Amino acid sequence: MGDAMRRTILYAMTALGALWLARNLYVILLALPDEVAQGAIYRIFFFHLPAWFTCFAAFFAAGLASLLYLIRKSPGYDAFAAAAVEVGVAFTAIGLVTGMVWARIIWGIWWTWDPRLTWAFITLLVYVGYLMLRRAIDEAAERAKNSAVLCIFAFTSVVITYKAIDWWRTQHPGAVLSFRTGGGTIDPAMESMLFQNWFALLLMAAALVLIRMRQERMAREIDGLRRRAHAL
Amino acid sequence: MDERNFLFLFYGLAAAWILLAGYVLTLAAREKRLERQLDTLKRMLEQREKDG
Repeated sequence: MGDAMRRTILYAMTALGALWLARNLYVILLALPDEVAQGAIYRIFFFHLPAWFTCFAAFFAAGLASLLYLIRKSPGYDAFAAAAVEVGVAFTAIGLVTGMVWARIIWGIWWTWDPRLTWAFITLLVYVGYLMLRRAIDEAAERAKNSAVLCIFAFTSVVITYKAIDWWRTQHPGAVLSFRTGGGTIDPAMESMLFQNWFALLLMAAALVLIRMRQERMAREIDGLRRRAHAL
Repeated sequence: MDERNFLFLFYGLAAAWILLAGYVLTLAAREKRLERQLDTLKRMLEQREKDG
């Protein structure tokens, strides 16, 4: 894919994501029905859940790209994995912070070591560890191989985080989405908005991944030029 | 809209946008740094090739 094509896709995704997000904000804040017990704070779920879906999708894509890197040894897969993990970490932080603000109102505390929250935090730490590992290894092929292995194993933490509300029924609310409960636990308009806002966040995440991948390519070019400079 | 807890909804959304904006600013700063390094290296190599 050429640079011009990449740039066009990037601008199109960013514009579509921004427009869709603006429209969603209007619906979330002004059009959706109220929730009886929670007041306005329940509307934070339309960012909290989609942020988690986005980071899970990013970590899944990074794991897949890492596996493909180990099979094919193409640096493009490594660049994609690094970009997806970094963007995933940003959305994990958003998921954690929005959850904490909700918890402060509904539970009266910012944080508790409930299994879901604890695993979510561990997931954040594991992927931050992945980014730190990448910084610690100078040699490109060695860095790509080691971080690919870590990225594949790290995904187990995502699976445990996702399933924690089924395996340990403690303080964090249980599943509400129809595909997990069989329906009847959430207003269809609210559920639809959760997925619509996920789409908007996914577009933004994809645009950020493309920008980050371009930086990985630049960093590789810089490494190559440095080697040439040393050889001269 | 039921306005109970609206202030905390604002805090939550503000925190989410601040985190995202912070990340975008980090990306922009990194992009500038990489472009600068790339330019410097290219110029240095051109100069060395001319000299050598």
